[in-house]
Amino acid sequence: MHLNEQTITQLAPLLQARKLSSVELTRSVLERIRALEPRVRAYLSVMETQALHMAEEADRRFKRGENVTPLTGIPVALKDNLCTQGWPTTCASKILQNFVPPYDATVVARLKDAGAVFVGKTNLDEFAMGSSTENSAFQVTANPWDLERVPGGSSGGSAAAVAADECIAALGSDTGGSIRQPAGFCGVVGLKPTYGRVSRYGLVAFASSLDQIGPFGKTVADCALVMNCIAGRDPADSTSASVAVPDYASALRADVKGLRIGVPKEYFVEGLSREVETAVRGAVARLAELGAEAVEISLPHTPYAVATYYLCAPAEASSNLARYDGVHYGYRAADQDNIIDMYTRTRHDGFGTEVKRRIMLGTYALSAGYYDAYYLKALKVRTLIKRDFEQAFELCDVIATPTSPTPAFRAGEKTGDPIQMYLSDIFTISANLAGIPAISLPCGFAQNGGHPLPIGLQLIAPVFREDTLFRVAHTYEQATDFHKKKPTL
Amino acid sequence: MPSEKVTEADVRHVAYLSRLEFNADEIQRFTHDLNNILLYVDKLAELDTSAVEPTSHSLKMQNVFRDDEVRASLTNEQALANAPEREGPFFKVPQIIQEP
Repeated sequence: MHLNEQTITQLAPLLQARKLSSVELTRSVLERIRALEPRVRAYLSVMETQALHMAEEADRRFKRGENVTPLTGIPVALKDNLCTQGWPTTCASKILQNFVPPYDATVVARLKDAGAVFVGKTNLDEFAMGSSTENSAFQVTANPWDLERVPGGSSGGSAAAVAADECIAALGSDTGGSIRQPAGFCGVVGLKPTYGRVSRYGLVAFASSLDQIGPFGKTVADCALVMNCIAGRDPADSTSASVAVPDYASALRADVKGLRIGVPKEYFVEGLSREVETAVRGAVARLAELGAEAVEISLPHTPYAVATYYLCAPAEASSNLARYDGVHYGYRAADQDNIIDMYTRTRHDGFGTEVKRRIMLGTYALSAGYYDAYYLKALKVRTLIKRDFEQAFELCDVIATPTSPTPAFRAGEKTGDPIQMYLSDIFTISANLAGIPAISLPCGFAQNGGHPLPIGLQLIAPVFREDTLFRVAHTYEQATDFHKKKPTL
Repeated sequence: MPSEKVTEADVRHVAYLSRLEFNADEIQRFTHDLNNILLYVDKLAELDTSAVEPTSHSLKMQNVFRDDEVRASLTNEQALANAPEREGPFFKVPQIIQEP
């Protein structure tokens, strides 16, 4: 197996025993990037020189035996909405095309402290608004399993880079499914942590009450190792939680005996592909064979989640994106002789269609006369959705669902119909509204000519129970081979 | 066409509030899109929420304080490094107050 195909769990002991250098490993990743990027287009920028410099620094740490962590020397990719000091951070938007942050996001700083190696910044839907990465202002990323299909979104670049072995692990962000849905479409593992578990400082804001940063990995264990590094309270983010972070690696026990797995009947309805249903029900049966108990549960407000989300998230976005005015940073339309024209032209030229659609929808939902009927109504239904989960978790320890109703769809298939695109997040949105953690991991493949398409299993747990997610997901992964399959590229 | 939630005039007004502008074709398209989305989200009206408190934030948190200490912050040059236009130590913008 090539170096770039391996996991953190496999590589860390080799690096620490100095049987392998980080420079050697980083070179194998950079070679893979050079070979595949013309077809996959996962990266918006690749940091070759800087990556090799960071790898040399990691090798010096191994030599001295100082500050060595499981992530030291590991090549990782960062979604391009995470601020990197001195390196462009574009959010795949023309409005930030030339923006170079003067500081690092907290997660970026923590990875640097741990000695990780940054290989590049990955593509996304502009400002993380989308479900296919087709809303990027710069390029369309291909799904490594079938280049005609989307990688999912909005963290499609990070998911594709991990799936194509163009990095070892990656970070993404998830506001309504933007880590889990692409992880499912690309056949990798992706975790959205509890709201407040990971600092959002330096994550370019989309919907501040829903956004969370989380890891992509080739295995559940790799995601746990990344979480050990990035989780925890940060004084720079007042919404980060003062809750102790357990050692997630010790949650990786292959044992689900006595755990109750809730299967919500509202997730197995019309629109769910037969192959997805079969794979997910098969996964629940496998967990039952391994000692868990499957129980049917109900999350009655599930049919209202997409409508709730598409009022809450655009409302917050319309406010967050008011800062792009061409004054302090980013694009400015030239030759405007009054300030209102300058703002308006700048935003007209700088934002893409989906971002404008959401700003318009959010502004409308918050505007005088409509606030109660739309925004406030959505916040109240959000309470009902959150309560559904609280009640369900009295009957079970973890909930199992499909990550998405279908496997990856074709590029262009949904771009003309916003509501069809929004509905591809139907199973992931509720966890953001409720603030609870959820993980997607491979649980099967759908037939698709010579290009099988991965199917994602989503597991959802109560607040701050990422340890339960890791335990159940790891147990399932150890008992199956789906995560070992690689796309033919 | 089902009952119209927003007219082209509404869309022009919301565009003004959002500091966005659209040509006639775009106004037509956004009116169509917003109507469809608003008709879809109308399903929330099926639920009686008269006795339900709103949730704006999933974690219950209030008054997160920190000590009021002097800390290092960006220098003037760092803060201005991304400025589209500057003059000396200032961000430069088009004239704000127009002559009468």
